[in-house]
Amino acid sequence: MNVPAALKRISDTIWELPVSYKTGMLVPARIVASEKLVNEMDAGVFEQVSNVATLPGIQRYAFCMPDGHWGYGFPIGGVAAMDPGSGVISPGGIGFDINCGMRLVLTTLTAEEVQPKLHQLVDRLFARIPTGVGCQGFVKLKHDDFRNVVQQGSRWCLKNGFATEQDLEMTEEGGCFAGADPSHVSEKAIERGYNQLGTLGSGNHYCEIQVVRPENIMAPELADAFGLTAVPNQVVIMFHCGSRGFGHQVATDYLKLFLSVMERKYDIKIVDRELACAPFHSPEGQAYFSAMKCAVNMAFANRQVILHRIREVFSDVFHASPDELGLRMVYDVAHNTAKLERHAVHGAKKEFLVHRKGSTRAWPPEGEGLPECYEKTGQPVIIGGSMETGSYLLAGMSSGAEAFFTTAHGSGRTMSRHEAKKSFRGDKLQRDMEQRGIYVRTDSFGGLAEEAGAAYKNIDEVVAATELAGLSKRVARLVPIGNIKG
Amino acid sequence: MPFEYRGDIAHADIAFDAWAPTLEELFNEAARATMQVMVENLGEVRPAQTLEVKLEEENEEMLLFDFLNELIFYKDARRLLLLPTEVSVAPADGGFVLRARLSGEEIDVVRHQMNTDVKAVTMLRYKLEQVANGWRATVVLDV
Repeated sequence: MNVPAALKRISDTIWELPVSYKTGMLVPARIVASEKLVNEMDAGVFEQVSNVATLPGIQRYAFCMPDGHWGYGFPIGGVAAMDPGSGVISPGGIGFDINCGMRLVLTTLTAEEVQPKLHQLVDRLFARIPTGVGCQGFVKLKHDDFRNVVQQGSRWCLKNGFATEQDLEMTEEGGCFAGADPSHVSEKAIERGYNQLGTLGSGNHYCEIQVVRPENIMAPELADAFGLTAVPNQVVIMFHCGSRGFGHQVATDYLKLFLSVMERKYDIKIVDRELACAPFHSPEGQAYFSAMKCAVNMAFANRQVILHRIREVFSDVFHASPDELGLRMVYDVAHNTAKLERHAVHGAKKEFLVHRKGSTRAWPPEGEGLPECYEKTGQPVIIGGSMETGSYLLAGMSSGAEAFFTTAHGSGRTMSRHEAKKSFRGDKLQRDMEQRGIYVRTDSFGGLAEEAGAAYKNIDEVVAATELAGLSKRVARLVPIGNIKG
Repeated sequence: MPFEYRGDIAHADIAFDAWAPTLEELFNEAARATMQVMVENLGEVRPAQTLEVKLEEENEEMLLFDFLNELIFYKDARRLLLLPTEVSVAPADGGFVLRARLSGEEIDVVRHQMNTDVKAVTMLRYKLEQVANGWRATVVLDV
């Protein structure tokens, strides 16, 4: 067990490392988890979340969500809100895959209708959505067009026939972070990413066909409001990907820049170089914020053009239009971002720079900027489980204010990729999964082995902990039947 | 074995130690460890294309950081799987300069056994140090 002796139990789901735990901590570090989950957490989580608590300007607590695990800089599952006046912005609090995120799409098809065509559907998705190392996108762009993509995000997709108005409405921030300025991104970032629009990537990125079984609906009214009960055994599509090489290069460029100015120019000392940062209101901090928004927009556009392709594939296979098949987005959530948001700390509402690294915004009912249809329900939250074990749709709750309305983002790893690859064989896993009713296609059996369900925490425990902690409410559990993986 | 993957210092990412008698060989080994995360059978990568890179940094440690990131860059920008055939590192202008010849070919999923994409070299536990019998590096890659 890795749990430090200083960890205090605040409630059944809140655990705290006090500021006395480590020199330089400005606020306590809080881990949201059940006793079982906290006992199984990596030593790295405690080290990293307490490191986050030392960052200048941090407010209230450094948080780690129940899916938290060892990352770099912040733990995966990390949350930190900074005072924009006195605080910093840190690429390590956002991640290299900026705006890696999830999208959930409804259909009005039933599992019984899809089953006979499942192989055809998965094969076609696999052929039409580029996956794996070095994959190139199906949207061919010149460098200048790509600059428009990163400035406009999903709006570019709407103008170019890859999106509907409804898609944009159902995407965080309408699919475009305002203030994205391509002049703050390097030629190298453009060069690395302009041919990747419409690619899934690899690792834990995937596109999955899932079924909503009636017995797996936990909150029928919310499920109705989110469109999950159109037919019994409804088929939905969930996919996970991000800003690809473009976002990775933006993060690398600014990590290096911040390392060079942080101490020399701003006298900021940090405990881990991966927490490199700059004052939010410095020229470097503002340049990164703007470049990060470009990467956020690339990721929104990437998921949007992939959705367009999913619509084409379903349309082809079922000989019906996307509208006839009810291919409508529930929501798109971002995982790796920093955003200026208004929150109440010490009474009055103020603006904070909220870093979320491997965690999900979970706005409560009446949350600012939610689409009208979700004003009463709270934000839909999409939690992708491992490819073997199912996923969840949840909703934001009013009781999540203390954690800046944030919840988990997935199941979270328990086993290193290295261990998983030694423990499982990708080809055998593929056959076993097929016997259990999940047809998976991949470019890489090595990559498939790394994503085995047993390498992840129990998704049911993770989401139950978020509900007990008052961060997000379970709406439905989604069971996989088909998957394409990079 | 001049490099070894580690499961004990990173879970979602890939960590490795690399070691070699000289700095140039260490750069070679770290390059192989990085590329093998993406391609299992590196022996199948044919030297069909060659390109030269020159990088400058204030110390050897950041030079290795840039060098590995350069390999990742070419994988995305040109779909090239590259390995160094010649590496030289020398002091210059108060810092260090690396000159390397890289050779390889475009990704061919029929011949190359693909693994997991590498997004970046992280600064977590990142270290390059001179040790008794040469050089040693610890690298965590974001995948």
